[in-house]
Amino acid sequence: MKKTSSDVGLNRTGIQTSPIDSKEAIEGARQGIPSSVGTEAAILEVRALYARESDGVGTVPVPATFKGMFKTAKELLKGNKPTVFIDKLGERAGFERTGVRLYEAALGKFDIHGTWAGGPSREQLEKILSDELSHFVLVREAIEKLGADPTALTPSADLAAVASKGIPEVLVDPRTNLVQCLEALMVAELTDNAGWELLIELAQGLGQTDFVEQFEQALGVEAEHLMLVRRWLIAGVTGEAGVREEAGIPVV
Amino acid sequence: MALDLFKEKGVPLDRQVFTWKDLVQRPYSKLDDDAFTRVRVILMNGIEADALRFKHIAARMSRQLREPLALIRRVEHHQQTMVNWLNPADQSPLETTLGFEQVAIEVTASVAQREPDPYLAQAYRFGLLEDFDHLYRYAALYDRLEGKDPNYLIQSYSDIRPGRPTVVEHRHPLDDLRRPYDMRTAHPLTKIHAQLITAAEYQTHDYYMTIGPMFADPVARQLYAEIASIEEQHVTQYGSLQDPDESLLEKWLLHEAMELYGYQSCLAYEGNPRVKAVWERFVDYELGHLHYVMELFQRLEGRDPAEVLPATLPDPIEFKSHREFVRRVLSQEVDLRANGTEFVGKAEIPPGHRSLIYRDALNAEGSPSEIAAAGYQWTPGSELAARGQRLATGPEGRLQS
Repeated sequence: MKKTSSDVGLNRTGIQTSPIDSKEAIEGARQGIPSSVGTEAAILEVRALYARESDGVGTVPVPATFKGMFKTAKELLKGNKPTVFIDKLGERAGFERTGVRLYEAALGKFDIHGTWAGGPSREQLEKILSDELSHFVLVREAIEKLGADPTALTPSADLAAVASKGIPEVLVDPRTNLVQCLEALMVAELTDNAGWELLIELAQGLGQTDFVEQFEQALGVEAEHLMLVRRWLIAGVTGEAGVREEAGIPVV
Repeated sequence: MALDLFKEKGVPLDRQVFTWKDLVQRPYSKLDDDAFTRVRVILMNGIEADALRFKHIAARMSRQLREPLALIRRVEHHQQTMVNWLNPADQSPLETTLGFEQVAIEVTASVAQREPDPYLAQAYRFGLLEDFDHLYRYAALYDRLEGKDPNYLIQSYSDIRPGRPTVVEHRHPLDDLRRPYDMRTAHPLTKIHAQLITAAEYQTHDYYMTIGPMFADPVARQLYAEIASIEEQHVTQYGSLQDPDESLLEKWLLHEAMELYGYQSCLAYEGNPRVKAVWERFVDYELGHLHYVMELFQRLEGRDPAEVLPATLPDPIEFKSHREFVRRVLSQEVDLRANGTEFVGKAEIPPGHRSLIYRDALNAEGSPSEIAAAGYQWTPGSELAARGQRLATGPEGRLQS
């Protein structure tokens, strides 16, 4: 099992692996003439053509309980579009729920690889996991209060999952260590903080003061997650690099 | 009105043309389209993949059919492209997998209920309970790897619960072979069904073999390896239902009829107008192929295609939830096992049976399907919704955020 991330070895991906073959490869490519003129802008043109014909990824579902929605919509709206709020709530719910799985995987890494000076404790990771679950419950309840379906996949939730699909893959890969996983978790926490900020802004704009208070509390907790993850990551990386005396390579 | 296979000529082969833009159309929506649109796209991709597979192998065995096979095969390659490219990019390989299993459940359930031959109907019900279990295993994996709800894809049409447990599905190859139908006496629908389900299962196998290694999680990699192995068993089972004495040309003629039947069934049920237009176009293309092969059959074998084909196509595959049928089969037949070509109760499998030895060897270092779904029960919003609910209402009260 490997604990370090950046050891020297037989990496073959660069041009310097084989100077003789590389020289030939460069010469071979130089002799080939492109069969069509232009640049990468040609790809953008086709992308634009398809974009003009596209219907988007999908919609926010019609609420099953119209009553709740209409009542809320009346309070919420004043000419605004309530489905934007539902869409973004759906995104947060999905993200927080996936966050639970991410920290489950991180705990698995902790148990295998242990921690390092300035790294996380098991209790700290467990605490973040329960925070993610409780945030999921919070958003789910908010969606229910608005009369919408908390089990629906909204367009923003779908796209957030597409954007972050590499994160769980780093966490569940048996070849990665906890420091490498923290890099992925930092991407998640940065996104999550920005997501809560946006949600608060939406709730404020719609006069949902109850939600604003709860969401601000959640943002406070997420800000702490981000700070911790960043700190653990820096300690782990600088520790392996040997540039910080107090840090060290991961030890069990 | 039923389509008269001998009168309707469809579009002639030389007018079956495409452009790249045409082949790469706007995909269906994972969020907004009905789950059965996905089911149909996955099914027809599988059928076209099999059309290509069959024709390549046939061409290796027949000098006189090489050219006609090449001509139709190229069109079918492009048909497969247009169909398969209807899948949207935001549908991950694991999500598409859930769609594959829904095909295997709901399409096989429809086929099992329509199949005129009781032995073949039994074979379809037998396989159905295994694919039903695969849906449950993959659903658990999706929930547990990514924290997402498998019902995003399944849309409540199919139950997500164990079937015949995958761990006991592993059988010796000789217990996967079945008795073939008799080409002289079998109903045309029996022949069409056997080709159709073989095609669908073959593509499922190939899909899992392609995407399995793309997963990072070792249990996911193992689960795909395990279920791909069962799909290979299923291809063995369903492929062996076909009479090996049929000539290549007769099999080809039936394959074209099966493809036509698939598209016509899709057309009968499709709600998405753009996807429907694809089915409509390909019904006409397949009629063109069928007539092309009918002519070959007459000329090269000196036989009347009416000996093999029905005058009109059977009622379409029912693209709908077969929940009650599946539940009934589950309660009555989950303990069936295979012994050679026969289906028997599990008590009739003697200790030391070749399939038990085979299965125990594969499972000796643990069972991925049991690990992936340990203690799993699907609940709306994923099992984390249930955990969150307990947290919210438990004696310790809500966790403070």
